[in-house]
Amino acid sequence: MTSFWSAWIIVLTLGSIFGYVWLLMANRKTDTAPNEVKHHVFDGIEEYDNPLPMWWFYLFIVCVVAALAYLAWYPGLGNFKGLGNWTSTQQHEERVAAKEANFQKHVEGFMAISPEELAKDFKAVKMGERIFKSNCAVCHGSDARGSFAFPNLTDNDWLYGGDAESIKKTITDGRIALMPSWSMQLGDDMDNMVTFVRNLSVEGMEGQKSDPMYNKFQQICSSCHGVDGKGMQASGAPNLTDDIWLYGGEHHDVKLTIQKGRNGQMPAHKDLLSEERIHLLTAFILSFQNSLD
Amino acid sequence: MSEHPSYNYNVVRQFAVMTVIWGVLGMLVGVIIASQLAWPQLNFDTPWFSFGRLRPLHTNLVIFAFGGCALMATSLYVVQRTSYARLISDSLASFVFWGWQLVMVLAVITLPMGMTSAKEYAELEWPIDILITVVWIAYAVLFFGTIVKRQTSHIYVANWFFGGFILTVAVLHVVNSMAVPVTFGKSYSMYAGTVDAMIQWWYGHNAVGFFLTAGFLGIMYYFIPKQAGRPIYSYRLSIVHFWALIAVYIWAGPHHLHYSALPDWTQSLGMAMSIILLAPSWGGMINGMMTLSGAWDKLRSDPVLKFLVVSLSFYGMATFEGPLMAIKTVNALSHNTDWTIGHVHSGALGWVAMISIGAIYHMIPKLFDKEQMYSVRLINVHFWLATAGTVVYIVAMWANGIFQQGAMWSAYNADGTLTYSFIESVIASHPGYVARAFGGFLFLTGMLVMTYNMLMTIYSKETQNVKESNALGVVS
Repeated sequence: MTSFWSAWIIVLTLGSIFGYVWLLMANRKTDTAPNEVKHHVFDGIEEYDNPLPMWWFYLFIVCVVAALAYLAWYPGLGNFKGLGNWTSTQQHEERVAAKEANFQKHVEGFMAISPEELAKDFKAVKMGERIFKSNCAVCHGSDARGSFAFPNLTDNDWLYGGDAESIKKTITDGRIALMPSWSMQLGDDMDNMVTFVRNLSVEGMEGQKSDPMYNKFQQICSSCHGVDGKGMQASGAPNLTDDIWLYGGEHHDVKLTIQKGRNGQMPAHKDLLSEERIHLLTAFILSFQNSLD
Repeated sequence: MSEHPSYNYNVVRQFAVMTVIWGVLGMLVGVIIASQLAWPQLNFDTPWFSFGRLRPLHTNLVIFAFGGCALMATSLYVVQRTSYARLISDSLASFVFWGWQLVMVLAVITLPMGMTSAKEYAELEWPIDILITVVWIAYAVLFFGTIVKRQTSHIYVANWFFGGFILTVAVLHVVNSMAVPVTFGKSYSMYAGTVDAMIQWWYGHNAVGFFLTAGFLGIMYYFIPKQAGRPIYSYRLSIVHFWALIAVYIWAGPHHLHYSALPDWTQSLGMAMSIILLAPSWGGMINGMMTLSGAWDKLRSDPVLKFLVVSLSFYGMATFEGPLMAIKTVNALSHNTDWTIGHVHSGALGWVAMISIGAIYHMIPKLFDKEQMYSVRLINVHFWLATAGTVVYIVAMWANGIFQQGAMWSAYNADGTLTYSFIESVIASHPGYVARAFGGFLFLTGMLVMTYNMLMTIYSKETQNVKESNALGVVS
């Protein structure tokens, strides 16, 4: 700030504080004897003119001294940085650095081991789990089983691939999935298409070849979901032949998905989490696969 | 000078009765949202009954409807009786009453609809803000006009506090509510980013300082000496702590924004002033307590006095806790935890509500020309329900704030990762939420007892003898 505003703040602050002290000192002594009644009476209420209680007087002084000492040591008086040169940014950086140094000590050696191997290391998985709980659980759930619109990470169904490299890429760069709206193209066939898609998980693509919707599916859906309906991990298009439904599998859920489309978004974490943390997270997510086997 | 002219008690009666009614409604909403936090199913998946919309309704009803009516009832009662002057205009008084009720009814309608400016304690949208301003100016004219007409040379200390509260709240409300209207029901703050946050907490903290503290100290300065029948302990102390209180409070807002984007110097300045604030705050408590010395025996028989004394104790405790929590190191632990909620309620339930309740019990028989309240025993029952409710509430929030949240959120493992996920702290807080809802329920029950007692007093046939009622200036 400019030196004018700095001076403005200093004068106003110190002026006010000395004003409080003046107010206190000016009323310190009283020439009246204790419990002498002032000569005003309001609705039967009289007023004594007792002196200020001494302990309260000193409490006031102590508070003022504490405040002035604080303003001498910490920034507060305009541009004056304070004798302690303290800043909140510096305090934050120091604390983060201390925690980070601790963290680095514990992950030493983990980076040389592949996530698949780390997934069998109890300590690494535990650290990954803690990182998961503070960063990922808000969407994927503290048990990593996901919820509506957020994929379950503990099964072996993968939208973008379940190998270590794909998982790392998903966490690092994020993913954007786009299911467009098909209501114009499908028109009156909407409900038939919904039934067809829901049947895929029961009868598969082969079993529905004679269905009038089969050709329509091949025309407009197969470019992403594949001719066999098993999806495509390159574009994140889900497998429609299993019984896993990200946005619900009831008729009205699937209909809403086809009618309005869906926008799935996994945010990129490369600026939020260090490489080591993403490495540990990948190991943690892979560890669920071990318990599936 | 000691002859009482005829006073306008009609507006005082209206505000006094509405204080109790809004108190019941506001605290009922409080118990509902406390229960929603303990049992989220109670949101019933409806937007208008969800916590997010009912919480501002609760704060608006208890602060501005219950607290506002209590302040208007007592200030308009006290200003007349201590100035020996009738309010300057009966129609202006009526306008203030009906205008304020309209504001609160509009709050009950618009907040559950989701209409909000999103500023804490200033959620009402711009057309209602304008109505508030008009009613508030009318209230100021009514109050200060009566002061001007007074038959005493001095202005009584209670009226300094009421006057300080009325003037400052006008400034706070107008400055903080400045907004650009988009539609009739939506506006955006005139300020942006950090400035908006600073203006908001300058307002928010002084809503506490002037609405909930200075105004209620005005109540204290009349009703404690009156109910105890004792002189004010020190005129001198009241001068020092009045000027110190209003001069220091206005600086303290930035302590709500510690460790935020607010510049470091602003945060430190707010904290330094918050430390000084302890002394002027306690000045009021000491003056009230010392006024009672020599009348302690009356506490055994007079439950109204109990309300007034306990309210002062909670005031002293909350104003010690406030400067403590304003210290950055403490704030790093307490901020965003339930400790803040507990602190607010030791002020709101313990201080603001209890002193209002005491004042209303003092006034009701006089306003309705009765010898005393219908049942003194029920006042006692109310007192214990209110005290127990407040203590349960505060203790539950302390436990939640300090141990379940503050400590759990900042716990680190040796490997530098956080020990607990957020949800684990929520699970640990659940018993505290249940206890808090129970404490609030006790307090609400007390308010229902008061409503019954008040109605039975108003509708009882017994009246004071005519001579005495004239002496008290009762005008029907």
